[in-house]
This record gives sequence, structure tokens and C-alpha cells, in this order.
Amino acid sequence: MDDRTKKQDAPETQVGTTGHEWDGIRELNTPLPRWWLWLFYATIVWAVGYWIVYPSWPLLSSYSNGVLNWHSRAVVATDLAALQTARGPMMAKLAQASLQDIETTPELLDFARALGRRAFADNCAPCHGSGGGGAKGYPNLTDDDWLWGGTLAEISQTITHGARSGDDQGHQGSMPAFGRDGMLKRDDIVSVADYVRSLSGLSTTEGADLARGAKIFADNCAPCHGPQGKGSRSVGAPNLTDQIWLYGPDTKTIIDGVWNGHGGVMPAWGGKLDPVTIKALAVYVHTFGGGE
Amino acid sequence: MTPSHAESRFMTLGEGGLAAAMTALAFFSIVVAAKAYTPAYAFHAYLFAAASVAAVFAILNRYFEGNGETPPLEIDGKPNYNFGPIKLGTILAVFWGVAGFTVGLWIALELAFPALNFDLSYISFGRLRPLHTSAVIFAFGGNVLIATSFYVVQRTCRARLVGDLAPWFVVLGYNFFIVIAGSGYLLGITQSKEYAEPEWYADLWLTIVWVVYLLIYLGTIMRRKEPHIYVANWFYLAFILTIAVLHVGNNAAVPVSWFSPKSYVVWAGVQDAMVQWWYGHNAVGFFLTAGFLGIMYYFIPKRAERPVYSYRLSIIHFWSLIFLYIWAGPHHLHYTALPDWTQTLGMTFSIMLWMPSWGGMINGLMTLSGAWDKLRTDPVLRMMVLSVAFYGMATFEGPVMAVREVNSLSHYTDWTIGHVHSGALGWVGFISFGAIYCLVPWLWNRPLYSLRLVSWHFWIATIGIVVYISSMWVSGILQGLMWRSYTNLGFLEYSFIESVEAMHPFYVIRALGGSLFLVGALLMAFNVWRTIAPREALAPAAAGTGLAAAE
Repeated sequence: MDDRTKKQDAPETQVGTTGHEWDGIRELNTPLPRWWLWLFYATIVWAVGYWIVYPSWPLLSSYSNGVLNWHSRAVVATDLAALQTARGPMMAKLAQASLQDIETTPELLDFARALGRRAFADNCAPCHGSGGGGAKGYPNLTDDDWLWGGTLAEISQTITHGARSGDDQGHQGSMPAFGRDGMLKRDDIVSVADYVRSLSGLSTTEGADLARGAKIFADNCAPCHGPQGKGSRSVGAPNLTDQIWLYGPDTKTIIDGVWNGHGGVMPAWGGKLDPVTIKALAVYVHTFGGGE
Repeated sequence: MTPSHAESRFMTLGEGGLAAAMTALAFFSIVVAAKAYTPAYAFHAYLFAAASVAAVFAILNRYFEGNGETPPLEIDGKPNYNFGPIKLGTILAVFWGVAGFTVGLWIALELAFPALNFDLSYISFGRLRPLHTSAVIFAFGGNVLIATSFYVVQRTCRARLVGDLAPWFVVLGYNFFIVIAGSGYLLGITQSKEYAEPEWYADLWLTIVWVVYLLIYLGTIMRRKEPHIYVANWFYLAFILTIAVLHVGNNAAVPVSWFSPKSYVVWAGVQDAMVQWWYGHNAVGFFLTAGFLGIMYYFIPKRAERPVYSYRLSIIHFWSLIFLYIWAGPHHLHYTALPDWTQTLGMTFSIMLWMPSWGGMINGLMTLSGAWDKLRTDPVLRMMVLSVAFYGMATFEGPVMAVREVNSLSHYTDWTIGHVHSGALGWVGFISFGAIYCLVPWLWNRPLYSLRLVSWHFWIATIGIVVYISSMWVSGILQGLMWRSYTNLGFLEYSFIESVEAMHPFYVIRALGGSLFLVGALLMAFNVWRTIAPREALAPAAAGTGLAAAE
């Protein structure tokens, strides 16, 4: 045995064992490590100190309050107040200013866009996408193709009251279910779908009777989508000639739309968001690039 | 023994009583199944009926086929240990471990690539997540604890387990609970309490099993041939007793009907939250800490062939640990409707818990003094020592995260997931693997198939853990910072979905770490199988050659 091994054997000879043995396991009689004991004491002292400073122990009808008079609710209130102080003046200016003034005043515009960006990400992005690019059935807000109008006032109106939202002042009107409700026959719908594709220069089914499709379109679709298919903002009927599609340009999707109709809902945010936030949202959406 | 014994022996009270009880349960289950409100509940009732019938059949079969003798407590003055249920528990632990880690890997991948739930409700994240946590904690961990505790209590008391059928009832009954719980999650049966998801009927069944477990454990200790009770048994007993109290307290619920899986918990609102985290944190404290410390206190000194470092430390840290742990639950509810004073108590007791936790680490590591060289040659010991190191790390990180100000950053983030897994994979996983690698050769009385494979398991799983927890630390702190970041105009910098997007690379890295851990566990399963199987696997081959020769 070398020196090192002898040193390793030291514990038993130094402190001895308790004399018990279980299945060959013995226990050394080592005292508590000092650093361990003192750290344990230190954490207890620290805890007692913390109890004195903060609310901690239940009493008969209340609890020990702590000398700092600290309460987590008070911390929230302080934080909110600080935020109010930071945002307050600009929020007040935003409330006063008209939508047009906000867009022409750089300082207000920056603030409105910052507020709008936050509100958009939390409330609008789930449907319209985080960049406002839209998704199937949810309009793209970054182009200049607007269902209900793209001026600041119109955007603000749409956000506040929504579309088919149940709000009295919300946009009404929806695409009827021509097939399901028996207004058009299956082959009529196939013909009109081909005609609709031809409006934006897309290829049509071989041997499609476009003249028949045009006739059916004029009788059934033109009242809302217009004689040339340019759409109508008063009823939210999309322009069918611009190659921008809410649901998709393929024949199957068009046939499905004419058969079953459409009526996507935009909620009315008036009761959920405060007027200043809605203003900021209108400006934010308007400045995506397609605003009128 | 002559066969005439079987004819002359009457059924014992235990055999007859259990067979009668199981028959009654089978009839009752069939009635419940017939009148059940939901198909899923009827399915569970049929499972209960099938299991009860199987149990009755097994008891009768054992009575008529057996040699008519109840096993003696001692043979030639040496204790006649009961290893059968322990063997089964060990094998089931390996099975559930691999299953639980696989589900964990799958949900890690679902978080990175949500399309992987294939729009199937059965494998949606919300159902697989409790399946994963229950499979690893209760199925894997629970079987390891039951198997090792039955082994340790016999060896350190020099006494056979109390009960003839009872130990089998505990192992089989516990695993039946696991099947009911896990299949229930997939079918959408849950009471929505974290780590206590099983509904009232599964809880009732577990209560019965657990009380039997406690009685066996106490009875065996009372039957001991040693003057003192070994420290590992204190920890096991604290684990069994406290889990019983926690389970009953947190799951106190009123079922809607005997024929419905639905129940309402008796606690309401913030009291329910408080009871839930009193349970939740002490499931960590008494299931995942005290129980596995029991494993450490037997298997490390045994494997290292060294005396336990300090008897006094084991006493002091045992009592301080169990006294302080029970208070720490409210640190899971910082900045909630829970009163401030309760949060403060939970936090300060968590801080005071630091040294009592480390007492176990010191005793585990310092037991190696005089035998450190064994780490070079014994990968099993290396695994258990690294496990204790992870235990020390996680029990330092825990008190830090319990501090209110740290918690305001860490709460609800992946940091918590990283913390839990450094304890779960590092401490609980590795000490269990070490115990299994010790136990299998001891139980089957043959050498382990391959120590080299253990070494591979050690390194692959260790790298996996490090990859896992560091990715979760980074993503958790990033998440916490993103959530609290403000612009100079006074608005939140990021939306929630932007923080989710930022997590993606870390979720991929985490899944990689998890898959390494799973590969390690598969190596262990192979190693255990090859250790246990050879004779049975070789037997048909030998028979085959025998037949060929006969032709």
C-alpha cells in the first residue's frame, strides 16, 4: 500500500464508525461538516430577517405585515402608474388628434404605430398574420385591395364595428349559397366559375361555354360584384378581376364558394379595445402600404 | 414436498379474502361497465373486471398447482428473501422508462413541429404531456422505488417481506393503476390537476394499493433482525407515508356518479391551488427526493464498498429535509392570488431547504472517499455519483428559483422545464439506472451482460442531459426577458407569439438531447434483457440440437 491509500483509509481510523452494520454497510461517526452547518444557520437567519421585513406569518385575524409594508398588489399598482406616466401625455395627444393629423405628425405617427403594432400582434395577428399578410378567408391588409374601403375612416369603422359581427353598425351582406339554397344548378355553377376565372385572365376548362357563364353572372352575380365583376365596397363584394383572391383562384374553390356561399366574420372591437387603441390600429393598418 | 400437502392445506385467510374481494370487484365492475355514461369509462370498468378475474384465477391456480407450502421465513437460519415481486417491478421499471422517455421525445418534437400531432385528439400535446410525466415519475420512478424499497428493506432488516400475496398485490396493483391512468389520459379522462390527473376511481384504487404497501413496509421493519433501522429505510418510509397523505389530501373529490369518470375536487379557488402545490411540490420532495435518497443510501455504499460518510449528517439532514420540504409548495404560486404572506413562507422555507438537501449530496459523494479510483473502472458507480452531483445542482437551483424576484423571470418559462429535467434526468434517472444495473445481477444472481454498454449509456445520456438542460436554460431566460421587455415608448417589445417563434431552435435542440437520453435507456433495456434472458434464450437452441441428435 502506498501513502495515498493509507490516507484514504483514514476516515475509519480518525472518526470511527457507529458500530452498526446492515448488509455489510457501516456508518462513519463523522461530525457535521462545519461549512454545511454554518450555511444552514445562515439560511435560517436570512429567513427570519426576511420574515421581519416582508408579510410572512398568519395571525389570528390577519398576518404579520412586515416592516417594509410591502405588498405585491402595491407593486403592480406602482408599475402600472409608472407606465401611465410614461405613456400618458402621448396617449392624451393621440386621443385629441384626428386620424389624418396623427399620420401627418411624425411624433404622433411613431407613437401610434408603436401602440398599433402591439395591439395588432395581440388581437389581429391570429387571423390576419403577424405582418398583416392575411390567410385563406382573412384579407391581406398590406395591398390596396379593400373589401370595405381603405381610407383611415373606413378602416377605423371596420375595426370598431366589424363585419357580420352582430354589431348594428357593422358591415352586412354576405355571399349567398347559390347551390345549396337551390338558386343555381350544378352545371350553371361550373359555367359561372369558368367565367369568373376568365375575368382575371386565368385559364378556363376546355370547351367551357363562357357566354353561358356571362349570362348567369349577369343575372345572379352582377348585382353585388358589378357588371364587370369589379366588386362593390358597400356590400363587401370582392373585385373578381384583380387576381387577388380571398379564398383562392382554383376552380374547385370558386365552385365551392358559389355553392356554399361565404360570410367570414370580422369581430367588432369597439367594446373590447379603447378608442385610442383603435385609432392607433387604424393608422397602423393604413400605413402597411395599401392605405387610401 | 409431497403433493398430499396441497390437498391437506386450507386456503389462507389472505388467499381466500383476496380472491373473494377480487370476485366482488369483478361483478361490481361489470355492473358499472353496463351502466357507464361514457364508452371510455365502460372500457376502464371492463379493464377492472378483466384484471380482477385474472387475479382470482392466479390465486386459485397458485393454490391448486402449488406445493401447498407457504414459503418459510428462514432457511437454515438465513432469511428467505422474497425477490419475485422485485424482479417484476425491476423489469416493469425498464419498460415504463423506455415508454415514458419515448413519449417525452414525441411531445418535445410536437412542440418544435406542432403538425406531428396529426390532428388526432389522442396524441395531442395536452393528452400526451400527462402521459409522459406520469409514465416517467409514477410508472418508471414508482416501480424503481417499489422494487428497490422491497429489496433494501429485506436486506437491511435481514427479514423476509411481510405478506404472502400482498407484495404481488402492490406491484401488480400499482401497475394496473398506471394502465388506468395512462389510457385515461389518451381517452381524455383527467381531473386537470398537474401530476394528479387520474380521476377518482383510479385514485381510490391507488389508495388501497398504497396502504398495503405501507403496511408491508412497516411490518417488515418490525420483523427486522437488526437492532437499528437503517437510514435508507427512514427515507423510504417518509416517502411512502407522506405520499399517502398527499395523495388523499389533494385528490379529495366527489364523483358525479358511480357510473361517471367525472368528479369535483372538494377544494375551491386559491385553496385548491394551495393544496395542489402542497401536493405537487412534495411529490418532488418525497417521491422524487426522499424515495430516491433511500436508493442512494443503500446502493452507493454497497457498490463503493465504503461506509456511509456521516451518520450524524444523515440524521440531521433527514429530519430537517422532511420538516422543511412540506412548507415549500407556495413558491409555485408567486405573484398569484395566493396571499403574500403564504408566498413568503414558501420562499423562505425553500431557501432553508438548501443545506438539508445538500446533506444528502455530501453523504452520497463523501461515501466515495477512499474509493474514488473505482469511478475509473465502474461505470455503474460513476452513474450514481454523477446523479448525486445533479441532485446537488438541482437542489441549489431550486431555492434560487423560489426567490420571488428570480421567479418573476423564471416562472412559466422553459427554465422551469430545464430545472425539472436536471433533477429528473440527472438525479432520478441516473440513480435509478445505477440501482437497476446493481439490482439485476444481484436478483438473478448472474453477472451483468456488458459493463461497456453501461459506459456507453453513461456518456450518451450525460451528453443528452447537458444538451437538454442548457437549451432550456437559454430558451427559458430568453423567454422571460422577451416577455418583460419594453420599448422606450412604453410598450411591450414582443407579442407572445413572437416569443414562441424564438423558442423553435431550442425546442429542436431539446428534442435532440431527449433522443440521446432515450438511446441510453434503450442500451440499458438491451443490457438488462441480455443479462436476464441468456439461459431461457439458449434453452430452445439446446433442445433443438438434442432433437436433431435423436433423429
